[in-house]
Amino acid sequence: MTNLAIAATGLRKSYRDKNGEKVVLDGVDLAVPEGTIFSLLGPNGAGKTTTVQILSTLIGADGGTVQVAGHDLARQPDDVRGAIGVTGQYSAVDKLLTGEENLLLMADLKHLSRKDGKRKAAELLERFDLVDAARKPAGTYSGGMQRRLDLAMTLVGDPRLIFLDEPTTGLDPRSRRSMWQIVRELVASGVTIFLTTQYLEEADQLADRIALLDHGRLIAEGTADELKRLIPGGHVSLRFADDNALKNALGVLGRGFVDPSDDDRLTLQVPSDGDVASLRELLTQLDAAGIEPAHLSVHTPDLDDVFLTLTGQKQEITR
Amino acid sequence: MSTLTLAMRDNSTMVRRQLKRLLRYPSMTVQLVATPVIILIVFVYVFGGTLGEGLGGGGRDAYVNYVVPGILLMAVATAATGTAVMVATDMTEGIIARFRTMRISRASVLTGHVVGSVIQQLLGMAAVIGIAFALGFRPNATAIEWLAATALLTLFVAAITWLAVALGMKSPTPEAASNAPMPLILLPFLGSGFVPTDSMPTVLRWFAEYQPFTPVMETLRGLLMGTPIGNSGAIATAWCTGIALVSYLWAKNTFNKA
Repeated sequence: MTNLAIAATGLRKSYRDKNGEKVVLDGVDLAVPEGTIFSLLGPNGAGKTTTVQILSTLIGADGGTVQVAGHDLARQPDDVRGAIGVTGQYSAVDKLLTGEENLLLMADLKHLSRKDGKRKAAELLERFDLVDAARKPAGTYSGGMQRRLDLAMTLVGDPRLIFLDEPTTGLDPRSRRSMWQIVRELVASGVTIFLTTQYLEEADQLADRIALLDHGRLIAEGTADELKRLIPGGHVSLRFADDNALKNALGVLGRGFVDPSDDDRLTLQVPSDGDVASLRELLTQLDAAGIEPAHLSVHTPDLDDVFLTLTGQKQEITR
Repeated sequence: MSTLTLAMRDNSTMVRRQLKRLLRYPSMTVQLVATPVIILIVFVYVFGGTLGEGLGGGGRDAYVNYVVPGILLMAVATAATGTAVMVATDMTEGIIARFRTMRISRASVLTGHVVGSVIQQLLGMAAVIGIAFALGFRPNATAIEWLAATALLTLFVAAITWLAVALGMKSPTPEAASNAPMPLILLPFLGSGFVPTDSMPTVLRWFAEYQPFTPVMETLRGLLMGTPIGNSGAIATAWCTGIALVSYLWAKNTFNKA
């Protein structure tokens, strides 16, 4: 059995405010094996940041037992701190210091020798493409550069477990891709990554395992493929000009159902894995019967479907 | 390395961070010197002639010598506002959350602010005293007395700065932090900073004589100008130590809880 970088059972947290008790985490269990990318996926307010804050010793949990990097979170917070690195949602750089000074500050706080600190800072500036900006105050950096510096600072001291709280929120597509590349390289070097994101594509691209968090509860967990299997498969959407054509098509094909989300009831959903051969066959059948669809689209399941389906079901229950 | 040497290293790292920040943000330091200098000039040239006569003769020249300790303490109170704002701003930034997730001495974040501020203020005060000399300030202190005055000022600055750090941390926003230390600026006026307390009405005089700024100002005046000190020195030291200790614990506790 592989060692777990994070093992949490029954994690609970609630806040008290004017409107009474607000439960943020309601019994969350997590098991993250070492050397993998684990993604916590959920909409704003699901409890992702709270989870990261608890696991990184920033705030205490109200209940549950947690082991992070082999140390008990409640009893040995300093040992946990020694093993982790955190890049939060909000830029955690000193904007008045230069990029290089920020890295040297981290090296000093990680108690590296002056020589090792300088070497590490130079290496990270190089790796994160910040050499030209090294002597400029971090406050003058663009969003993408600040995020890169932020992550570089987290890497000083070579943490074994890194928390990335929505690392690409607010970044342009290009910066997002370069951040993904960095994350892949990190995990290739044996580091464990705990990633939160509200982008399904990001979790799909990066994560070995994904947990869906909604209203403080995990509603599903598994690999991206496992999660996609949880919901009905792909289909082809065919929209017709009139009701007659739709009925004829249904008769010819012998399968499919009318899409309830189309108010005109003119769209037919036909189950299909979406490959070229089956599409050709479908169109040939319709052609032979002289039916011309007005519009066709192929739909393969993605994590969006999983997420919307699962969170939708939950809302049905609570209603 | 032992825990203690590691904590010392964290402290010196944080002090260096703070000094660099102060250098990058010089408008705060300029204001720190400019405000007391303007008050000094106004008091010496506008009120000084008349107030000096009220001190028992000597006019403007006598008043410069009288008012310098009050101006110095006002400078400290003004600087407290800057420190509180800087701490409150710092707390809202992600870098503090980063420090909290690192295995470092937690108090070092605050110590950095305090030591940085104390160094900045002592340099600022040296500039204010220099300008006071240009305006006719003529202390008769010996080297030992200057040293004692510097030590007391340092202790006072440290105490008020720890208080400012605690107030800055308790403030929900930097705007609120700029208001919290405001009453401190009034204390030199409601004490022996600008006029002797015996000239005040009873209730005010009672407050002026027992508030912490008065013994500090009386001791400084005694050391620099040779006026009688009495037990002011002991009372001043006790007040400063007390304020420093309570504020330190308050600030540290707030930091750990937040």
